[in-house]
Amino acid sequence: MAEMTYRDALNLALKEEMRRDPSVFVLGEDVALYEGSFKVTRGLLAEFGEERVKDTPISENTIIGVSVGAAMGGLRPVAELMTVNFALLAMDQIVNHMGKIRSMFGGQTFLPMTIRMPGGGGSQLAAQHSQSLETYFMHCPGMHVLYPATPADAKGLLKSAIRDNNPVIFLEHELLYNSKGEVPDDPEFLVPIGRAEVKRPGDQVTIIAYARMTILALQAADELAGEGISCEVVDLRSLAPLDMETFLSSVRATGRVVVVEECWRTCGLGGEIASRIYDACFDVLQAPVKRVSGLDVPMPYSRKIEKICIPQVEDIKGAVRDVVSGRY
Amino acid sequence: MQTRLRMVLPDQELLKLYEQMFLSREFEERCAEQYAKGHITGFLHLYSGQEAVAVGATAGLHRDDYILSAYREHAQAIVRGADPRRVMAELFGKATGICKGKGGSMHLFDPSLNFMGGYAIVGGQFPISVGLAFSAKYRGEDRISACFFGDGAVNQGTFHESLNWAQLWQLPVLFICENNFYGIGTEVHRSSALASIHKRTCGYDIPSEKVDGMDVIAVYKAVKYAAEKVRESGRPYFIEATTYRFRGHSMADPAKYRSVAEHEVWKARDPLPNFAKQLLEEGIATQAQLESIEARCRQTVDEAVTFAEESPWPEDSSVYEDIYV
Repeated sequence: MAEMTYRDALNLALKEEMRRDPSVFVLGEDVALYEGSFKVTRGLLAEFGEERVKDTPISENTIIGVSVGAAMGGLRPVAELMTVNFALLAMDQIVNHMGKIRSMFGGQTFLPMTIRMPGGGGSQLAAQHSQSLETYFMHCPGMHVLYPATPADAKGLLKSAIRDNNPVIFLEHELLYNSKGEVPDDPEFLVPIGRAEVKRPGDQVTIIAYARMTILALQAADELAGEGISCEVVDLRSLAPLDMETFLSSVRATGRVVVVEECWRTCGLGGEIASRIYDACFDVLQAPVKRVSGLDVPMPYSRKIEKICIPQVEDIKGAVRDVVSGRY
Repeated sequence: MQTRLRMVLPDQELLKLYEQMFLSREFEERCAEQYAKGHITGFLHLYSGQEAVAVGATAGLHRDDYILSAYREHAQAIVRGADPRRVMAELFGKATGICKGKGGSMHLFDPSLNFMGGYAIVGGQFPISVGLAFSAKYRGEDRISACFFGDGAVNQGTFHESLNWAQLWQLPVLFICENNFYGIGTEVHRSSALASIHKRTCGYDIPSEKVDGMDVIAVYKAVKYAAEKVRESGRPYFIEATTYRFRGHSMADPAKYRSVAEHEVWKARDPLPNFAKQLLEEGIATQAQLESIEARCRQTVDEAVTFAEESPWPEDSSVYEDIYV
């Protein structure tokens, strides 16, 4: 175990997988010489050279299309889209091509590719650079969607994504890059795709969260413990496929649920999770599933009002108190 | 004049070009018939009229070269070697189809032939062809990527992004524009500021040329030359083949936006009878030989239709198959 940042854990995952498999290569805007806008690709060019660490033009749709073709040709591309916001320029290749090719060609090919995308709000980057678009990808069959909360999960999940033979959308939260945690040294340390994790056990309320919302949920749970409320925090980690078993078994034990999502509330993943909980265990619920969500507004710049638009620890605590006290 | 064709290819190869063009035409016309009978459903874009492009170009490529195309791609797949029975079964939506009935007319694919797909989002195949070329270069493989597309695709962002990229990264991509002058019902002058499509590559410093897409030998020679250039230089090249589709954009399109006179001009340039005439005039084939080729093609297509008719439908459970590895 070593303590490292989420950024360095991702960087190490890339290096280990590139050392392990010569078919892995990295491409994206400013990933080589500039070492990445968030410096996740630091040192890659120096170690692996220009053949495997490729700066690209600002052509997001083609970054993904080239990755699709390279994957079809037998390589294992790891594309970086500078931020998730720019993925909207690449949705044709992501949704119409990457997500469909295996199926519409009758299973005759597969696309072992990963698309890394930093995202999320909270840095006063205003409406076009603060989005949480995870549900856009969750909605589409044909790809996995991962979103780690901790440095260990960041490393283990990215390694699994690169080794996986399916297309993987790998989201990274911009506000977590400097967060620190213990990360296993073992180069074979992998976090399985499709497996949520109970990050904190508890017995009164289940808080289901992902990425930065997990970190806020853990803080909320800590503080609520002081009020005598015991929360179990389930970190989804994998948004597609969803690990229903893990969160449903927690809900069956607690009977109360708060889902925390950074994305917009309308059609947000909290709605999907709530619906699955109602279908699977309506009978055990002692309160309606409560959602803490991003506000349905384009993100404002000013930090005073930006904060209102993103779930905060206090919002999570309030929601938990509501479901425990019956004020919903 | 008598030896002109023989200066290009041996007799057997010339006859093969004729056979491939005839088979393509026969296949497409039978598709139209099967569509009218309700056996083929969905979108159906037929290639009749453009055969010289697919046939001439494929002959100019190596067997290891990748081929990608758009949604009017039956001929490209069959000429590359796809089994006409399995292509027809795919169009019928049967389990024995080349993509198990999941793709249909617009999404033929056979990686064993390096036929890397029909794509139905206009311009979607550009970056994928660049990516395949990159993988070939990365892995040190001796192959190029041949990307077919229509005149309508050249105004998509992916066209410009991919031309820039292929030249920037020095990748072996041969872009082959099949300019049939209409993007559905919009004539090329109504959609392109510079309608002379091959001139567009100057912005990316990619060499290009224009070829008569109704002349199978002209297409063959141009593609063979271009493919060798791409192979030698490891850089992209661009061919614009001017051609004409004798039918509407799809079966739903009666093509009323084109004049009868225009249609007649192009009909007179039909690559099949014109090439047949040339083969006869140059003494490469007799009428009887050509008729025997044509009979063989009709039989192949008959068998394809029978195979498709008799094949089973996909199982309902197959909807969940072949999505994830």
